[in-house]
Amino acid sequence: MTTGGPAGQTATALEAPTPAPQGRRSRPVKGSRARDDRRTGYLLISPTVIIVFAMVVLPILWTVSLAFQHVRLINLRQTGVIGDYSLDNFTNVLTSPGFVDALVTTLVYSVGGTACAIGLGLVAALALRRPFRGRGLVRACMLLPYVAPVVAATFVWTTMLNPQFGVVNHYGASLLGWDDPIAFLSSSDPISPFGIDLHISMSLFTVVLFEGWRSFPFAFLFITARMQAIPESLEEAGTVDGATPSQRFFHIVLPQLLPTIAVLTVLRFIWTFNNFDDIYLLTGGASGTQVVAVRVYDYLINRSDIGAAAAQALVLAAILAVLVTVYLKFFGRSEDVA
Amino acid sequence: MSAFNRDAVERRVLGALRPLVIVLLLVICLFPFYYMALLSFRPLDAVIQDPGALWPKAGEIDLGTYRDVLASTDDGGQGFLNFIKNSFIVAIGTVVLTLLVAIPGAYAVSRLDFFGRRQISAVFLGVYFFPAILLAIPLFVFFTRIGQRGTLVGLLVVYVAQVAAVSIYMLRNYFDTIPASLEEAAAIDGCTRLQAMRHVSLPLAMPAIASNALFIFMIAWNEFLFALLFLLEKRPNWTVSLGLSQLSGGIEVPTTVLMAGSVILTVPIIALFFLSERWLAGGLTAGAEKG
Repeated sequence: MTTGGPAGQTATALEAPTPAPQGRRSRPVKGSRARDDRRTGYLLISPTVIIVFAMVVLPILWTVSLAFQHVRLINLRQTGVIGDYSLDNFTNVLTSPGFVDALVTTLVYSVGGTACAIGLGLVAALALRRPFRGRGLVRACMLLPYVAPVVAATFVWTTMLNPQFGVVNHYGASLLGWDDPIAFLSSSDPISPFGIDLHISMSLFTVVLFEGWRSFPFAFLFITARMQAIPESLEEAGTVDGATPSQRFFHIVLPQLLPTIAVLTVLRFIWTFNNFDDIYLLTGGASGTQVVAVRVYDYLINRSDIGAAAAQALVLAAILAVLVTVYLKFFGRSEDVA
Repeated sequence: MSAFNRDAVERRVLGALRPLVIVLLLVICLFPFYYMALLSFRPLDAVIQDPGALWPKAGEIDLGTYRDVLASTDDGGQGFLNFIKNSFIVAIGTVVLTLLVAIPGAYAVSRLDFFGRRQISAVFLGVYFFPAILLAIPLFVFFTRIGQRGTLVGLLVVYVAQVAAVSIYMLRNYFDTIPASLEEAAAIDGCTRLQAMRHVSLPLAMPAIASNALFIFMIAWNEFLFALLFLLEKRPNWTVSLGLSQLSGGIEVPTTVLMAGSVILTVPIIALFFLSERWLAGGLTAGAEKG
């Protein structure tokens, strides 16, 4: 993300044609105008800075402080900025049973969810590429899973996937001949397609697919926007040279989409990695779906162990930062070469 | 010759596949919402007896679920009318307050040259990528300590802080597209900077501001984590999202009644979305095409 490229240009363009100095004052008017601008700028931005500083930046710093102290909700009033700092929370958290599992689950969920979302988004963008009557409406419908409230979406899916009276299991049994209803959201049995054990529970598989369903519209929007910018003449030239549709896709369209897909991968990965709502609402973190965010919530609310919750949240943020940095390093380089 | 054949085969296969894919995508996007509405109209025992019915049978439609879910708890309902009121207060409050701080802020970041301008944009954008759960811990502790947890005001402040940054980013991109020469003309006519902003740039930015307002409304209306952390113990202050999630955890309230609650939660968003779809779709990608 570049910040302030075009903004910088407009601002300098704004100052250039200010009227020439005409007063007796030694300072040119241009300087005073710039000074006024600076003052107005601070004035206009300060409400946002104050609220973001108070409600975002300070709390983050406070989390760091909390993570190094023994804080529970009961002894909250006694802890201040100066407390007994120790690494206990981190050692306890990192060695506690289930933390590594939660991390692995988070990774599987993020990678799987991101891949599903982008894959489905790409398919949808390609399918809706050529105009037809009613395409605008179809496109709008594609965005519904993304804009719908998460609580309503998870509730209707849990009902649909219910083993007793869910519509999916009903048709699975009557049309596809399933012997037993599948407990999509409460089964911790590992799924093993073609006899290969993937160490992924049925529930985790389901929440990954749900994540793909809910966020593919985001990928679809971005990819569609990028696709519209590809000049038609490129593909026409390909057709004239005898390229088949799949060749045109792989050699003309896909290379143009790759930078967009790379950005999408980062965005979706970050948001899925941090996601709390979907898994909490679908499974509550049970049957092999406990991601770190849900675990943090569990420590904060059910165990009232604020220090341990803060330590885990910090570890989560740190791992995310490392992963994104590594990814950007690799991708930035390969794109330069290409 | 073989290339020609491959071309023809691919064209035929893709031509047949495309409508199929579109129909499939439409089904997975629309069916859950159709099913939601369907269940909200059917009596519970009918659903359990015949879970596969894809439309209500004649004479089966029952609007009692909506009465049950909306009526206050004193009248034996679930009190969703009250939740709707709370959700509206929080969502509209967030929109108004966020725009009040974000419009001047976005203008400043876009137009005025002051020290630290670029750093501020970068920091604000960083907020967007931060794990919400990390922020939730200190805010939970802080609001517990000052005794404001459980109030809608506390929740409102947190929402504004969360969306102001994104809002500034979106609005700034729009201000950047308004030619500065328009304001210069106003300046030559004797307008001060603030007057030029109010009378020239702001009216021009109205479409972006409107779509931004809808975007913020949707975020605040749909939000779940902070509502859960802040309002859980105070049932009179629950939002629709929180109410639905809490009641669906138990077994006392029939699924069909809760489906009526889901419909109530979803309909405002879908209605707003279809009213404003053209603006919003543009707004969502506006920031992306440059980077």
